[in-house]
Amino acid sequence: MVDTAVRPTPAAGPRHTASRGRPGRRKEAIAGYVFLSPWLLGLLGITLLPMLYSLYLSFTDYDLLQDPEWVGLENYERMFTGDPQFWNSVGATLLFAVTSVPLKLAVALGVALLLYRNRRGVGLYRSLYYVPSLLGGSVAIAIVWQTLFGGQGAINGVLAVFGIPGRAWIADPSFALGTLVILAAWQFGAPMVIFLAGLKQIPTEMFEAAALDGAGRLKQFLHVTLPLLSPVLFFNVVLETIAGFQGFTAAFVISGGTGGPADSTLLYTVYLYLRGFGDFQMGYASAMAWVFLIALGIITAFVFRSGSLWVHYADDGDR
Amino acid sequence: MATTTAVAPVGVSPAAPGPAGQKGRWYEGATAHVVLIAILLVALYPIAYMIGTSFKAPQEILNNVNVLPREFSPQNYPEGWTGIPGVTFGTFFLNSAMVAAGVVIGNVVSCSLAAFAFARLKFPLRGFWFAIMIGTLLLPHHVLIVPQYVLFNSLEWINTPLPLIVPKFLATEAFFVFLMVQFMRGIPRSLDEAAEIDGCGPYRRFFFVVLPLTKPALVTTAVFSFIWTWNDFFTQLVYLNDLDAYTVPIGLRLFLDSSGQAAIAPMFAMSVLSLVPVFLFFLVFQRLIVDGINTSGIKG
Repeated sequence: MVDTAVRPTPAAGPRHTASRGRPGRRKEAIAGYVFLSPWLLGLLGITLLPMLYSLYLSFTDYDLLQDPEWVGLENYERMFTGDPQFWNSVGATLLFAVTSVPLKLAVALGVALLLYRNRRGVGLYRSLYYVPSLLGGSVAIAIVWQTLFGGQGAINGVLAVFGIPGRAWIADPSFALGTLVILAAWQFGAPMVIFLAGLKQIPTEMFEAAALDGAGRLKQFLHVTLPLLSPVLFFNVVLETIAGFQGFTAAFVISGGTGGPADSTLLYTVYLYLRGFGDFQMGYASAMAWVFLIALGIITAFVFRSGSLWVHYADDGDR
Repeated sequence: MATTTAVAPVGVSPAAPGPAGQKGRWYEGATAHVVLIAILLVALYPIAYMIGTSFKAPQEILNNVNVLPREFSPQNYPEGWTGIPGVTFGTFFLNSAMVAAGVVIGNVVSCSLAAFAFARLKFPLRGFWFAIMIGTLLLPHHVLIVPQYVLFNSLEWINTPLPLIVPKFLATEAFFVFLMVQFMRGIPRSLDEAAEIDGCGPYRRFFFVVLPLTKPALVTTAVFSFIWTWNDFFTQLVYLNDLDAYTVPIGLRLFLDSSGQAAIAPMFAMSVLSLVPVFLFFLVFQRLIVDGINTSGIKG
C-alpha cells in the first residue's frame, strides 16, 4: 500500500528498475558479497580446502604425530584388495540401507494413508507418531534399544507370551543388524508427515472419477494415489537413502563402539571412525571418505536417474 | 510441495473429505482408529518403557518387562546424576547447553545473511554459488571430518566447544540457508522495492524489511538447530575427549562403557533426563516442527 503513494511514477514508469542505473547495481553486488562472506569463508575454510586436504591425506600415511608420508595409492589398494573388514562394512551398509529405507517408507506410507482417511484427531496422531523421529537419533534411544533387544530384554518378554523362544538379538551376528533396521523403521514419522502433505494435494475428484469408473480401493491406490504421490515418494526415497547410508550413532552405541558382534553392525561410517579416530590411521580414513563420497554420488545419481522412469509429474497445462 | 511458502501453522486448511466411493464410513473410521492406536502403542512403547524403567529398582529391570515399576525407585536419578566419578551430569548438561546455544545463534545469524544474498540481491556469479550451496547439501560430513579434525587440532580447539560452534557461524549448515532462501522468496518483492524507493540500501532492507518477515523460518532454524545439536553424537564424540568437556550424549555413553548391570537403572534415569529438553521444545513448537517438515522436508 505504501509503494503506490511514494513511487515517482512519471519518471520510472513500469520499468522503474531501469532507472536504478549502474551505481545502484554495483552497490547491490558489493552488498551481495558482504552478505555472502561468512558462507564463502566457510565454504573455503571448512569445506573446500579440507576436502582437498583430505584428498591429499588419502594418498599418505598419517597418524597426527608425524608429518604425512606419501604412499601413493597404497591406502586404496589395501582397501580394495587387502582389507576384508572394509568389504564387510560395505556389505553391512548396503544391507542396512536396502532393508531399512523401504521398510521405513512402507510403514510411513501405510500410516499416512490411514491418517488421510480419518481426519479426526489427525493433528494429535501426526505429532505423536513424529516423536520417535525426533528422539530416534539420540544415544538415549540407542541405550533403550540395547536393553530391549538384549537377552533379558522386553522384546523377549513379549515374544514369550506368544511362545516364541527369545535370544540375545543384539549379540547374535545374524540378528544384530536387524535390530538397527527396526530402529530406523521405527522413526517413520518424518517421511509420514511428508506423505500426508502430498496426499492432501491430490484432488478429491480424482478418486471420485476413479470410483465412478468402478475402481476399487486397490485399483484407486495403484492407479491414482501412487502415481500422483510419486514425486513425494521420490523426495522421501532420496532423503532416506542419503540418511540411511550415513547412519552412525545407533550402530556405534549399540555395538559398544565396535561394530560387533562379528562385524555384523560395522557400518561404513563406524569403520571409518574406528580407522581414523580409533587407531589414528588418518590417511586410510581419508581414502575411505573419498570412496564414500564417490559411491554416494553414484547412488544418488542412480536414484535420480531411476526417478525419470517412475516419477509422474502432473502437467500444469490444466492450471 | 517442497517449496516453503509458509512454515507457520497450516492446520486451518479446509478438511478435504475422504476419497469418494466409501460405504459404511463410520464403521471403517472406527476400525482405522483402532489400528492407528495400536500402531501408536507399539511406536511409543520404547519411550514409555524407558521412562518406566528409570523408576525401577536395579534388580527389577531384568525381570520386569512391564512399563510400570513394581516398586517406585526415584533414587536412580540422584544416583545417575553423580554416577560418574569426578563429574556430575550437571557439567554435561551445561556443556551441551553451551554448544547448543552457540550453534543456534550461529546458524540463525549466518544462514539468514547468506539466504538474503541468494534470495534478494543481484550480484555476479550468484547462480554459480547457489548451485555450489545446493551441492554441499548432499556432501556427507564424514568426508570432512578427518581434515577438519586436523585443522581444529592444530588450532588447539579439541576439547573445547569451538569446533562444534565456529563452523555454524560460517553458514556451513546449507540446509538452513536453503530453507530461508525458499522462505524469503515468498515475501512480496514490492516491499523491498518500496523500501528501496524510500532510500533503503540492501543492509537496511535486510534488517527492517526482510528479516522481521522471515521470523517463522528463523524460529524453525533455531528449533531444529537446537534439537539436532542436542542429539548429535558423532561430531561431539570426535572433538570432545576430556571428561570436563563432555556433552550429554557422550556422557551417557561413558555410562554404558564403564558400568556393569547395577548401573542400568541410573543410566536409564539419565537417558530420560537427556531427552527432557528435546521433549520440551517439541511440546512448545509441536505445530511448527510438524509443519516445518512437510513444507521443507526437514528430518528429525
